[in-house]
Amino acid sequence: MIHFVLLISRQGKVRLTKWYSPYSQKERSKVIRELSGMILTRGPKLCNFVEWRGFKVVYKRYASLYFCMCINQEDNELEVLEIIHHYVEILDRYFGSVCELDLIFNFHKAYYILDEVLIAGELQESSKKTVARLVAAQDSLVEAAKEEAASISNIIAQATK
Amino acid sequence: MSGGGGPSLMDSLFQRTLDDLIKGIRLHLPGAAQSSFISKSLDEIRREIKSTDSQTKSTALQKLTYLHSLHGIDMSWAAFHAVELTSSPSFLHKKTGYLAASLSFRPSMDVLLLLTNQLRKDLSSTNQHEASLALECLSVICTPDFARDLTPDIFTLLSSGKNSIRKKAIACLLMVFSQYPDAVRVCFKRLVDNLESADNVQTLAATVGVFCELASKEPRSYIPLAPEFYRILVDSRNNWVLIKVLKIFAHLAKLEPRLAKKVVELICDHMKQSEAKSLVFECVRTIVSSFYEYEFAVKLAVVKIREFLLDSDLNLRYLGLQGLLLVAPNHLWAVLENKEVVIKSLSDVDRNIKLEALRLVMSMVSDDNVVEICRVLIGYALKSDPEFCNEILRSMLSTCYRNVYEIIIDFDWYVSLLAEMARIPHCQNGEEIEFQLIDIGMRVKAVRPELVRVGRGLLIDPALLGSPFIHRILSAAAWVSGEYVKFSRNPFEIMEALLQPRTNLLPPSIRSVYIHSTFKVLSFFLHSFLLPGKGVNSSLSNFVDIEPGFTYSESEQEFTEIDHATSSSGLNKRDTFTQEAVVNMLTLVITSLTPLAESHDVEIQERVRNVLGLAQLAQQEISCNHDQKEKMVDKVDLKTSIIIRLINDALSEDFGPVSFSAQERVPVPNGLVLEENLSKLDSLCADVQLSISESFSLVKPILLPTDGDSISNQQNEEESETSPAESMSLLAEHRKRHGLFYLPSDHNKNASSSFPPANDPNQRDNDVEDLVKLTEESLVLKRKPSSSRPRPVVVKLDEGERLPITVKKTDENDDLISGAVRDVLLGNEASLRSSNPSGRRKGESHSKDKVENSETGNLSKRRSKHRNHGKNVEDKEENSEKSKKKSGGRHKARRRADGGIDVAVQKQVIPDFLL
Repeated sequence: MIHFVLLISRQGKVRLTKWYSPYSQKERSKVIRELSGMILTRGPKLCNFVEWRGFKVVYKRYASLYFCMCINQEDNELEVLEIIHHYVEILDRYFGSVCELDLIFNFHKAYYILDEVLIAGELQESSKKTVARLVAAQDSLVEAAKEEAASISNIIAQATK
Repeated sequence: MSGGGGPSLMDSLFQRTLDDLIKGIRLHLPGAAQSSFISKSLDEIRREIKSTDSQTKSTALQKLTYLHSLHGIDMSWAAFHAVELTSSPSFLHKKTGYLAASLSFRPSMDVLLLLTNQLRKDLSSTNQHEASLALECLSVICTPDFARDLTPDIFTLLSSGKNSIRKKAIACLLMVFSQYPDAVRVCFKRLVDNLESADNVQTLAATVGVFCELASKEPRSYIPLAPEFYRILVDSRNNWVLIKVLKIFAHLAKLEPRLAKKVVELICDHMKQSEAKSLVFECVRTIVSSFYEYEFAVKLAVVKIREFLLDSDLNLRYLGLQGLLLVAPNHLWAVLENKEVVIKSLSDVDRNIKLEALRLVMSMVSDDNVVEICRVLIGYALKSDPEFCNEILRSMLSTCYRNVYEIIIDFDWYVSLLAEMARIPHCQNGEEIEFQLIDIGMRVKAVRPELVRVGRGLLIDPALLGSPFIHRILSAAAWVSGEYVKFSRNPFEIMEALLQPRTNLLPPSIRSVYIHSTFKVLSFFLHSFLLPGKGVNSSLSNFVDIEPGFTYSESEQEFTEIDHATSSSGLNKRDTFTQEAVVNMLTLVITSLTPLAESHDVEIQERVRNVLGLAQLAQQEISCNHDQKEKMVDKVDLKTSIIIRLINDALSEDFGPVSFSAQERVPVPNGLVLEENLSKLDSLCADVQLSISESFSLVKPILLPTDGDSISNQQNEEESETSPAESMSLLAEHRKRHGLFYLPSDHNKNASSSFPPANDPNQRDNDVEDLVKLTEESLVLKRKPSSSRPRPVVVKLDEGERLPITVKKTDENDDLISGAVRDVLLGNEASLRSSNPSGRRKGESHSKDKVENSETGNLSKRRSKHRNHGKNVEDKEENSEKSKKKSGGRHKARRRADGGIDVAVQKQVIPDFLL
């Protein structure tokens, strides 16, 4: 089971955090500090696993972003590496060659996509197409809601309330 | 109304969007500017979030969520607004609300209660996206209340026609079960149904994932499902699913060997055929950790591991080493086969790989090769960076210590290895080395001469005093040199080393050990000088007198003799104890220690005064007799001689290792009320206790003043005729001088007479007596000369090595879950045969009761819910019946097996499902 997912930039800025196991806010910032200290200092072309507090953290760097996932000692590291890649590929398709800025300005979308890939710390969808379809369907619902909210009649209704 | 309209419109028109916020944060430099911008934005958000316009509210919440998840800003105060938005008809707002909820809600929040109804509504929504939002949120923030209240809704979704919903509901179950084990009784059957219906890979993967997690906690309950897992292992072509199923089998096979026989071939097939490294590695891991009895499978796995080890991909090399580490306990040959790769990995670029390699090397260590491996490792330690160097030293120390130096045969070598480690520049394991040096000294008598030699080497090197890391080791060396000074070739040299000027670099606690060692050396020296007739050997025979039950080791005498023989200078020990040498030593002691007599550190001051008292007393008498050489014979009658003899007797009391439970085993004498005494002492002892526990080597000196009198009183009854007061005149003197710091004397006497000293031979309990007998026996055996040097006796205590073993407790919840699973599985089988599913009924009514009990406060709701629940139960029963009918063919096999279970319920024997 994946305990948490972290996206950290090369400068140590956090870009996304998702916790599947309970951690208090204090623990969360401690974990982030510890792990970014451990992972960002590792040179390139080293192996993608670090041991940490009896867990394993699998990380992979894509451009300026480190994708980290924390798993149990007995979980399959290579599988998690594939999950990370899977997520990155889906992001890439969705944003069209994704970059760090996309994730910064669309942080909520990064979460929504992650929620379609993982649930309760497990991979839920191994098909990129399905994820893309579901996310697109949700987007169209959101767009519809936005349009309605932005319609003149709605603004007038708000103003005259 | 219109009053609130104005600001709301303004807010919605001129509200900063999320983009504005992010841009603003990026514009401000990290630090004060950025945090002031964030707090300004937070003020805005606080205002906006109260708006009646849900668009404004939603944007505000989204901004807050951003700040929370990426900048760690607290947003618990906005929890109510998040709940509010989840009920919005607009999908956009609902989504924002749920995102905020799943990222920030905590089980302790009161607001959670308000979310229950909304979750229920969304779970049963016809819009699958709404349902999936609710499921995702639930999978993160599930609490026992949620789990209890929403179990029926999740149960319904378990057979949803939409795969995307069904798989999410299944994944959610894991959280629900762990929060509310009774949910197992309701949902388990459908979970199993999902395992059987392989129409969709994703739902199957989710189901297997849930079982994998459940089985990792308590595998036994899931053995009845083995046929299903077996089928998946055969049929499935999906690597994600296969990996999980392999994990399940790894757990199950440990409990059911026949299962292992059935699947091991299959796993080997997968290992041979699969292209996916993740699956291959999972097969390898499963084989070597759970199927290690199957030689052919392990051989194949080792071949794969070797492929990994030789791969250019670092990840695979790392995993290869991990695989080897798993093989090592049962098949050491696999590690030895790949020895070169492992050793080479010690100098890998990647620290993680180096660490794995180190662990592997350590797993190879045995009593045959420990010398060789340690030599190699010391070489690597010298070459490595400080961090890894210490890692190597640490694992060497712990491996050699394992089971009280089980693998060490040549202790002389090991002691010199410890000294070598101490001299490695980056060594930071001083504490452990200190412990082991002293520990070996106490446990292994045969090694003491070498220990003293090594200690001397460390002590006389003034350069070592400059490095703070090594101070702890020096403290051990000083203690050893003082305690076992009789093995020293040149006590004068040791005295010089202990008193060298650079010792002022030592911290006071260690310096006091040094000074106490000078006391021991001095008293030994004077003893040998004043009582030459008895000499070294006489001190030994004395020793025998003191401890009737404890024959002093013959071997030690042997060693002393060897020592004499091999001594390069050919000096007989007695020759060194000339009048001149003694006078020199006394002068040395007095001149170097006098300045310290006024030290501000109590420990140092006290010890220095002890030594000075002895030295000055001796100096007076010896210099008086300086001219009259013929009077030397009378030395025995000198006041000093008597004192020295007594002190020496006290000091030559041998220290043994102390079991951790030793104190508990001391019987409490009648009429002694321990608690009462101690509670009064607490306030007095509070600060003293710390220093005692801080440093091991301090224990003896501290014990001496209090124990010394009782020991000598009890042991030297006949000697006490001479003058018992004199035997502790020095100590008494100190007591007088520092009377303030001692406890009231009557109190003290009570304490010292009623607490039997740990080393008192009369009070020794049976274990120790056994131990003495044992050592005696083995020593008798040892007297026979043998060509190859036997392993010296290592004194071991029956139990209580350094770390108490902690008993792993299984989670209470896990027990509940597995209990429920067992009930459901067995109950279901019963229902298959009889029309009345009594077992299940019971379980359900039980869970229903609970629901009722906890909802008594909420009447109207309860009514509707109750009905709802009842309906669900009926629904479920219908469903399960249906599914049973549907899947008739496959079930036959199971039914037969289930019959078996039913018979065997009492005996808890698991029938062979696969045959």
